[in-house]
Amino acid sequence: MTDTIIHIFLLLTLPPLLLGVINKTKALFAGRKGPPVLQLYYDIIKLMRKGMVLSRTTTWVFIAGPVVTLAAVVLAGMLIPIGQFDAPIAFAGDLIFFAYLFGLARFFTTAAALDTGSSFEGMGAAREVTFACLSEPALFFALLVLAKISGSLKLTTMLHSSTSAFSVAMAAPLVLVSIGLFIVLLTETCRIPVDDPNTHLELTMIHEVMVLDHSGPLFGIILYSAAMKLFVLGTVLLHIITPFQMNRMWLNWPLFIVEILGLAIVIGVVESVMARLRMRHIPYLLVSALLFCGFSFILLMRYYK
Amino acid sequence: MINSHFATMTNGRAVKLDVIPTLAFDDFKKAILDGTAAGQRVSAMFGDPTSQSEVTQLYVVMADDEQNQLYIGRTHIEGDQFPSLTPQCPQVHLFEREIAEQFGLKPIGHPWLKPVRYHRSKTGRDAWNRPSDQAVLPAVCDFFQVEGDEVHEVAVGPVHAGIIEPGHFRFQCHGERVFHLEIALGFQHRGVEDAMIGGPTKRSIHYAETLAGDTTIAHATAYCQIVEALAHCQKTARAQMLRGVSLELERLANHVGDLGAVANDVGFLPTASYCGRIRGDFLNLTALLCGSRFGRGMIRPGGVGFDIDDSRASELLRRLDKAEKDTANSVNLLWDTPSVMARLENTGPLPKHIAVELGIVGPAARASGLVRDLRQDQPSGIFRFSHIPVGTCDTGDVFGRVFIRWVEIQRSIKFIREQIGAIPAGSPLVKVGSLAPDSLVATLNEGWRGEVCHIAITNEQGSFARYKVVDPSFHNWAGLAYALRGQEISDFPLCNKSFNLSYCGHDL
Repeated sequence: MTDTIIHIFLLLTLPPLLLGVINKTKALFAGRKGPPVLQLYYDIIKLMRKGMVLSRTTTWVFIAGPVVTLAAVVLAGMLIPIGQFDAPIAFAGDLIFFAYLFGLARFFTTAAALDTGSSFEGMGAAREVTFACLSEPALFFALLVLAKISGSLKLTTMLHSSTSAFSVAMAAPLVLVSIGLFIVLLTETCRIPVDDPNTHLELTMIHEVMVLDHSGPLFGIILYSAAMKLFVLGTVLLHIITPFQMNRMWLNWPLFIVEILGLAIVIGVVESVMARLRMRHIPYLLVSALLFCGFSFILLMRYYK
Repeated sequence: MINSHFATMTNGRAVKLDVIPTLAFDDFKKAILDGTAAGQRVSAMFGDPTSQSEVTQLYVVMADDEQNQLYIGRTHIEGDQFPSLTPQCPQVHLFEREIAEQFGLKPIGHPWLKPVRYHRSKTGRDAWNRPSDQAVLPAVCDFFQVEGDEVHEVAVGPVHAGIIEPGHFRFQCHGERVFHLEIALGFQHRGVEDAMIGGPTKRSIHYAETLAGDTTIAHATAYCQIVEALAHCQKTARAQMLRGVSLELERLANHVGDLGAVANDVGFLPTASYCGRIRGDFLNLTALLCGSRFGRGMIRPGGVGFDIDDSRASELLRRLDKAEKDTANSVNLLWDTPSVMARLENTGPLPKHIAVELGIVGPAARASGLVRDLRQDQPSGIFRFSHIPVGTCDTGDVFGRVFIRWVEIQRSIKFIREQIGAIPAGSPLVKVGSLAPDSLVATLNEGWRGEVCHIAITNEQGSFARYKVVDPSFHNWAGLAYALRGQEISDFPLCNKSFNLSYCGHDL
């Protein structure tokens, strides 16, 4: 019970910190002081207290977009185990539910974008779904690999398997999967090299352009759920790349926090040392993620034959 | 080839109006077409009202970069129309639109006759027969449209997401691909040319300095050279050296800022933020000379407003060395990072022959392989004695336009170091007398964006009867529109930044 409460607490409060750490890392590379680590918390609180502007051309879909997205991401966060602890909600086949919660969130975000009738937002929505077509299969292949290794269709069992059921033969497929998942993570959370979260150029944006017309609390919700998405996908990735555990069970909580902050630093470094890809080249990167995960699955099939 | 119909003229030398030949329109047209065919450029083409309201005078100033000569000619237009030259000589397209707007003269046969800055004409005639009780608003007009089921239109601006000047961009797209881009400006029109008429007054220099805030030195220099040429005033070598140094400092600050801005647009952080800071260092060097980061008050008719002493000269050199090192460290990261190079190369190419046709100037022209630099071609001031080698690049893409800036940064730093190392003696400012009546003078300077051209015509009292300003942006906006054809719409900000054109310099 305590663990469930801690799980929910971390899921709800930690995500904005990750963005703060990423931005601090980027600022360090750029030779700047950067915004405070807690800046996103301040921003969200500020936005929640503001009024919002709703265009007359929009409908309920415009408001439903951010709300459904947040609900879907929170639910997805309840399906994944954190560190060595089990997920609050777990059932056989929940991996499909997990993947399509993101699908649902994406559907409502793009629908809300199209609802405004703006050409920018339409462009952003088109880009978002195009790239999702490629990142979604990569995610599925990655989950399939884990399902194969654990012999289970339950996320909790699957994600713990890289720790509990580790064997040397699994090393190669897991390395490939973690590369593929990292690319999926960068895509889904709109980081460089796929998208530039800091740009103000409406013609080049993907995710940011879809939410241009949202303001006040709705925009706060969008920022919050984007951070949470990063947290959820990051947690999935951590299960594979850091299968460590502490002797005392409760120590696994601080260990997890250190790990996820470390991942944020890695993302910050990646964003600092490379430029954003040309829009036309993004599918190549996503296809490579798909190949990494797919090839990993093929390797595993040979091994488990 | 000497242009046989036109009178020859030198950059920054006044000529009497009666020396300028008045040609029949056909000869005028032929002279321009022959000139451009022989590689000359149209630096300016503008109208001038005469005492009869039915007759407008049309002037043209052509630059022959190979012969280091300027040519000037004029013709009379009677009535409210004239045959357009644009179909045979595309580089005058915007000049003709400007003439149509300012004087209500219709260039018959112009392929895309639209207003430039959206204001009423000086003459009461209107080339578009717009009703006089209706307000003329910028960018309120028809745009070029591509038709088809899958073609969509994207309109950007005049209010942008970043803090930049207002301009309206219309894209005709097929998915991510741009078929056509049309740019509508005029939101910043202040009427500077008209405000100069009757001058020079105390205000004139300030108008010149604020024509385009980032080109303060170049525009102020062009204006001061006009006044000095008409007053036959001889500046000291010291003043000319200081003007040259300020002009190069302006170039340095803007080029470094542009490199940072390009890095920012591709999402490459280190160069973006370091160059942003180093740009400030170069601006502070200008402030060291005259107390203003943008060089306000530095250039004054008769010389410079601020002298330099030994301690400030050595301080300037010290800070220049440091800024040079910082710039090199930060800019070289761009060329060493493959993901950055992948974004710059083959993006937004402007082929050489198109650059020639459109009359592109400045770094954008040099990036397309044109050896076009007024500091070499039409030198004035210090540049007659001290030469800066012209760098070119033959790729014509964003990489070319970015790399050429880096080449120019290095050469400008070298130039400043040489000049500050041997400061000639003399007074920084000399008195300027009254201006010669009934004369015309054209001054051309290589600002950081390219050719800054000012032309003044004086009346019989020796004050300005007509003042014409051509900012390099006036030539280059069409180049940006062309460079985007067939490109991805998401690359527009990058292409735009690689040209970095002025809105207020265009809108005057």
